[in-house]
Amino acid sequence: MPIPVSWHPSALLPHRPRMFDFTPAELTAIALSLKVATVAALASLPLGIATGWLLARKRFFGKALVDALVHLPLVLPPVVVGYVLLVALGNHGVVGGFLMHHFGIGVAFRWTGAALASAVMGFPLMVRTIRLSIESADQRLEQAAATLGATPWRVFRSVTLPLAWPGIVAGAVLAFAKALGEFGATITFVSAIPGETQTISSAIYGLLQVPGGDAGIWRLALVAVGISLLALLASEWLVRRQRGGEAR
Amino acid sequence: MLALDIVLERGRRDVGGFRRHVRVEDSARVIALAGHSGAGKTSVLHAIAGLVTPREGRIEVDGRCLFDAAARIDVPVHERHVGYVFQDARLFPHLTVRGNLRYGRRTGGSTRFAFDDVVALLGIGALLARRTANLSGGEAQRVAIGRALLSQPRILLLDEPLSNLDKARREELIPYLQRVRDETALPIVYVSHSADEVERLTAAVHVLD
Repeated sequence: MPIPVSWHPSALLPHRPRMFDFTPAELTAIALSLKVATVAALASLPLGIATGWLLARKRFFGKALVDALVHLPLVLPPVVVGYVLLVALGNHGVVGGFLMHHFGIGVAFRWTGAALASAVMGFPLMVRTIRLSIESADQRLEQAAATLGATPWRVFRSVTLPLAWPGIVAGAVLAFAKALGEFGATITFVSAIPGETQTISSAIYGLLQVPGGDAGIWRLALVAVGISLLALLASEWLVRRQRGGEAR
Repeated sequence: MLALDIVLERGRRDVGGFRRHVRVEDSARVIALAGHSGAGKTSVLHAIAGLVTPREGRIEVDGRCLFDAAARIDVPVHERHVGYVFQDARLFPHLTVRGNLRYGRRTGGSTRFAFDDVVALLGIGALLARRTANLSGGEAQRVAIGRALLSQPRILLLDEPLSNLDKARREELIPYLQRVRDETALPIVYVSHSADEVERLTAAVHVLD
């Protein structure tokens, strides 16, 4: 008896949902999420390093307030952060209206706005990690560098930064992971426009609103878990590497 | 070579803080600072290097004023041209031995100590490519001395460079220190609590109490 030529194992389970057949809309959401999270983490990194350094090394008037402001997004309802961004940077907002009118720059309802919202939400995590790694960079080595003729800026670049580098990268990775999962602030500020601002999180939320979206929700949820887990493992590994480097 | 008259203060006096009036004036090129631990020997070196700011007073090295509270002179650390060899070497862990030695090279200015000469003087040629993590204590101190010399200092500050070494390593390092003393013609301030080291390495001794 000849075996049918076009036979496939799935023929045995004709009604099984195809778990990993992503729809184009889902793939777009995944790609957009990665883009938004990467830009959010990288663009906020210089400010994160500066803030972390300031909090780790400097004593100044109002330091407690700066510290509190940096941490605010961690405890505020995300929808409030999103609303504040909308009021400030929306195309008719206080700052946003000015930028739009004079420079034609606008972030509201654009993917750059999504990146901004998730950068704000990830900023506390980034700064905390960077601050800790700068605090644990040996200040006695910075002193030694200064006696060797290095200006404060050169000390920072050539000693502080390299010593704190694994922690700084860990902070960026953490901010990336946080940005990937951001939902409340993003959807409030830039809504969930497919292809422009609809990230994994808001795509899942959207699928929850329609019947028969279960398979898509599962696929996106698994992708979110996978990427976040990888990012957290990478961040943990980097922090450990810095600690190990000091023990040597 | 060294004229120093400073008041050092740390913490609050009424809760057991630290206050010392230190006066050292000596025309000898190589000076030892001795005294029991806690007498403030390291604080004096830190003050010369600019790592701590004296409450009041004046510091002059080889005719150059580094600090004068009354005249509001306080030369920044990186412009003081001091070669500071710390007790714990403080080599940069992210650089090789060569990277450490080259760290202090200054652009412009005179090059009194050349790279190859310093490497030969201290016998560290074989270590250049090594990471600093796996140097022995004596090797690390020699690299630290070389790094200080290559920053083209006008004074060398040595803070108990032998105290973290066992006796055999000490005996190994002392001839190098004597060579640095004899061949560099630099003013040197040597901090130590060992009478033997002081006798073998320095010309004048000041005891802090």
